[in-house]
Amino acid sequence: MELVTPGIGLIFWMTLSFLFLVLILGRYAWKPIMKMLHERESKIDEALNQAEKAREEMKLLKFSNEELLKEAKEERDAMLRDARMVREKLIEEARVKASEEANRIVESAKESIHYEKMQALTELKNQIAVLSIEIAEKLIQEQLVKDDKQDQLIEKFLSNINFN
Amino acid sequence: MKASNTKSVSYFIIPLFLIFFSFINSAFSENTEAESKQNKKEKFNAGEMIIEHIVDNHEWHIAEYDGMTYSIPLPIILYDKGEISCFMSSQFHHGEQTHKGYKLEMEGKHKGKIVKVDANGVVDEAADLPLDFSITKNVLALLISVFLLCWIFLSMARRYKKRENMAPKGLQSMVEPLILFIRDDIAKSSIGEKRYARYMPFLLTVFFFIFLNNLLGLIPFFPGGANLTGNIAVTMVMALFTFVITTFSGNKHYWKELYNAPGVPWWLKIPIPLMPLVEVIGVITKPFVLMVRLFANITAGHIIGLGFISLIFIFGAISTGAGYGFSIVSVFFYIFMGLLELLVAFIQAYVFTLLSALYFGMASAEHHEAAH
Repeated sequence: MELVTPGIGLIFWMTLSFLFLVLILGRYAWKPIMKMLHERESKIDEALNQAEKAREEMKLLKFSNEELLKEAKEERDAMLRDARMVREKLIEEARVKASEEANRIVESAKESIHYEKMQALTELKNQIAVLSIEIAEKLIQEQLVKDDKQDQLIEKFLSNINFN
Repeated sequence: MKASNTKSVSYFIIPLFLIFFSFINSAFSENTEAESKQNKKEKFNAGEMIIEHIVDNHEWHIAEYDGMTYSIPLPIILYDKGEISCFMSSQFHHGEQTHKGYKLEMEGKHKGKIVKVDANGVVDEAADLPLDFSITKNVLALLISVFLLCWIFLSMARRYKKRENMAPKGLQSMVEPLILFIRDDIAKSSIGEKRYARYMPFLLTVFFFIFLNNLLGLIPFFPGGANLTGNIAVTMVMALFTFVITTFSGNKHYWKELYNAPGVPWWLKIPIPLMPLVEVIGVITKPFVLMVRLFANITAGHIIGLGFISLIFIFGAISTGAGYGFSIVSVFFYIFMGLLELLVAFIQAYVFTLLSALYFGMASAEHHEAAH
């Protein structure tokens, strides 16, 4: 019977002690512990979120890096292509210019040749004219002397003419 | 507020002094006990021995050897008609002597109680029993556990402040999962995210108090061994705390449903208020069940353990060989029961806390659906 009869003394001490425990532990133990736990949890949450964010950013950065690399490569290719084109163009231009120059030189050479030739011909013509006049002079002079002598003279002059 | 705090502190300090004196006294009281040795060799009575071990006592029994009883005497505080008397329990010499007109009854109806005697040393049957506020074995165990709990958790709180936002270490990492378990799986799930914080101090205190005392009860030597959580007074006080908190956290909804249960045919309420009666009985039954469950589980565990040990002496009384032989079986079963009791120690603490949390949750639930 004693087993199931609560004793007044124990009830008194238990009530006192338990109240004391709840108040003291509640104020000086559970409150700070719960606060710390809560704070730590939110810190961990925050850290995890930040890590996730950093990972996203890294991914983005990597992606943009790749993009940049690709762009650079493309640009390089374009530049190389341009350079090649410019080179070819330059070479082509040079060639065209050179051939033009050559043509011009040839042309002018031809022209000067033609000119020289014409000059020479003109001179020749003049020479011929002068000679003709001289021959004619001599002929006229011989005629006045003798007929046969005249022929001889013409022959003689003609042989004297040297066409270079 | 401040005045009441200092008052409760002084209430705590007085028993502490008493414990201190009891330790000092214990040294020479054993000598006096040795002088008054009783050489009666009684027949071993298992039932009596078990009951003696699980009920409260005015002295802390250590051992009995060669007819001498070794025990720690505890302070006796009696209140009788405005008169307080304090003395050590060793004055009674295990019930053989009277002191200041009181006697520790060893037999009969008031066995283990302190009764009044007249001038001739004859028990005064007509007088009422004095109110016994003694620091008994259970009270001392209670004070030890209060000290241990304060020590553990106050130092832990300091640790938490010192190691702010760092991983738990040592005792912290052992107790923290339990705290989180109570917070997340008991309080949050039964009371709800919004209101659970208010009940956390009580739930944590009640859990660790029951758990620590269950474990201490399993230790058969001095600081442990008291059947504190298996004492109906202790479980009653805790159940009453739950009841009071439930009652005070009951909202409008809770009270309305108590007197006017929804979803029940009207003829169960009028003219005979059958349903309100059932509901009111339910309100009282809840803490009552809490009280009985913890008390019965822990007491039963102690009885089984002591029973196995008693078997050794019962067989030993038949023949010494049988006693030694059976001791192997007994010790094996005792270890098995001990391990089971470790589990029960946790489960009972968990169940008490969970049910308290459920009652708080029901009382403070805002919607009818949330409570079920």
